[in-house]
Amino acid sequence: MEIRVDHVTRVEGHGNILATLKDGRVEKAILEVVEANRFFEGFMRGRDWEEVAHLATRICGICAMSHSSASVQATEKALGIEITEQTRLLRRLIMDAEMISSHALHVYFLVAPDLLGLKSVIPLVKQNPDVVKLAFRVKKTGYDLAEVLVGRHTHPVAVVPGGFTSMPDVSALGVMRDRFIGLRDDMAATVGILKTLELPAYERETEYVALRQPDHYSFYDGDIVSTDGGKVPSAKYDEAIEEFLVPHSTAKHARWNRDSYLVGALARVNNNWKQLHPEAQKVMAELGFKPPVHNTFANTVAQFIETVHCIEDAITVMEMLIARGIKEEGVPPITKQGRGVGAVEAPRGLLIHDYTYDERARLVKANCIIPTNQNYANVDRDLEKLAGEIADRPKEEIELKLEMMVRAYDPCISCSVH
Amino acid sequence: MSDKPRIGFFDFACCEGCQLTVLSIGEPLVQLLDSVDVVTWREAMSEKSDQFDIAIIEGSITRDSDVERLKKIREKAKVVVALGSCAALGGPHVSANRYKKSELLELAYGDKASEYTGEAGEVRPIGAEIKVDLPIYGCPINADEFVAVMKHLLLGRPYRLPTEAVCYECKLNGYECVYDKGMVCLGPVTRCGCNAICTSRGHRCFGCRGLVDDPNVNSARDVLEEHGHRLEDVLGMFSIYWQQAPRVKELVEAAAEAGEKRSKGSEPWRFGSTT
Repeated sequence: MEIRVDHVTRVEGHGNILATLKDGRVEKAILEVVEANRFFEGFMRGRDWEEVAHLATRICGICAMSHSSASVQATEKALGIEITEQTRLLRRLIMDAEMISSHALHVYFLVAPDLLGLKSVIPLVKQNPDVVKLAFRVKKTGYDLAEVLVGRHTHPVAVVPGGFTSMPDVSALGVMRDRFIGLRDDMAATVGILKTLELPAYERETEYVALRQPDHYSFYDGDIVSTDGGKVPSAKYDEAIEEFLVPHSTAKHARWNRDSYLVGALARVNNNWKQLHPEAQKVMAELGFKPPVHNTFANTVAQFIETVHCIEDAITVMEMLIARGIKEEGVPPITKQGRGVGAVEAPRGLLIHDYTYDERARLVKANCIIPTNQNYANVDRDLEKLAGEIADRPKEEIELKLEMMVRAYDPCISCSVH
Repeated sequence: MSDKPRIGFFDFACCEGCQLTVLSIGEPLVQLLDSVDVVTWREAMSEKSDQFDIAIIEGSITRDSDVERLKKIREKAKVVVALGSCAALGGPHVSANRYKKSELLELAYGDKASEYTGEAGEVRPIGAEIKVDLPIYGCPINADEFVAVMKHLLLGRPYRLPTEAVCYECKLNGYECVYDKGMVCLGPVTRCGCNAICTSRGHRCFGCRGLVDDPNVNSARDVLEEHGHRLEDVLGMFSIYWQQAPRVKELVEAAAEAGEKRSKGSEPWRFGSTT
């Protein structure tokens, strides 16, 4: 049986699933990436240090905040720009905002229809408008926090190396804190809905890779850790991660200790669940999620658990900022030239920007390692195993399940073929 | 089949941030969805149809193989909307046209570049291949403008693109002039409609909405000179979004040449300088 799903829907970017099944055996099962290249690493060269983040954030519309955060972090490290405690706090809040809006998009709009037997969220607009409104509300609250902080979510305006071009208004932060507190009811309602839904049964243990900070659940900087063991500082990412080309993809694949690994919410929760906010741990227990979880479909549940965490973390950080007040701070000076590595956990996983600047602070070299690239090899392993387990089912069901597997990763395909 | 207008969303090379901006509109989007039939939207739904009245297309064209798909969409649609600056202007990645493809492939794939099987062609807006009825500029688009455009389309009224420069909206809002803060800004010659979002947050205008229809180039040059800048020093900024604009291209080339000549004998750049 030949399976071919052209342009998998409800994912970001263009990918096709190809599978060949013979006598219940899988001869081939791959995600073919056919997205067009944009060559950011090539054309960002020669740009002034102040222009690089403006371009880099445009690698991705969904995780624009992650790209701008990784970009300014790389530039700051390359040029020796020291950031303040206030900037750190604001960046942590930015990452919370992005996690919430990005995870909400995936959980409610892209994955939920599969679990409800629908083809999209659009029939739900009539069937269950309250749930759709809840979904829009969660997504928009994350989006609106980004607007308060940096002008907009896609693409942030005020994020520059060294800090921000303008500071958020403390009273606007107060309004956002109250709206975030309001989201607690939406989270409780979602837990109720999730309990009635069932993920496809599937298990495949793999290597899970994420950033870790000693003292908090990190989305911004840290060491790169693996469930297979191993820990490298983010600046030495190239000692761990090996990127390579395969014929069926315009995007690179990656490996570390094995022939594939997984990044993203499931990898973060599997590695760092003890650092999750107590509310998120409570939800984790309620949903019967016991890390390490080896069902790739549960990535969506991990994203929801992180959404709860990020709402609580954002409330805490906003309260800290409101209590201490927000000061206008200028951009600190450039003190050196050379190379710098920025690392963040984007919604879809570990993201690295590695820049080298010349003596005029112009970019001479850039390397960006995208979460979805790191997942591709693992996607193929999962497609292969899953296809083998369901080879005797009708073709339509196989196609749907394989599509659901690709969607579980929440791939950001245009991002991966930057 | 209902008699509501049928809408399809399509995308080519881009970050898909403009479609996401549409998804982020919230309540007004739910109302809009009630007045139309969205029949194709790969990013948001699995239903597919090739019967549609309005095609909303995001992204630029970078491969000849995309042109066929684009032309098919044009044939079927009564109205084609170019969604965002990639579709309408080519997008930030038009800068890639400055480099040889072999060089870009080598930078992206290293010594494995020769194994790369995909195509890589010149980056161009969709208007280079098909007729566009209505462009919505911006990187990303302004959500309010998208809603306004959709209302006009659904009511069958012509939509008037704003023809003023960003300076106009910036002044209306009473923001401090970017030039007065010692920075360079493309506001004087960039089409408005963004409500000066970048200058509202203390940044400068990068020109993402493209050149205004009738730019007052002389006045823009005066503003630059009054503030001690030379056109050739700042034209790099123009090349971010405007590779496709012929007048800008000439300016950029002339200035690059002038800059090259001067830099041979100029002062070395120092750390801490922001210009």
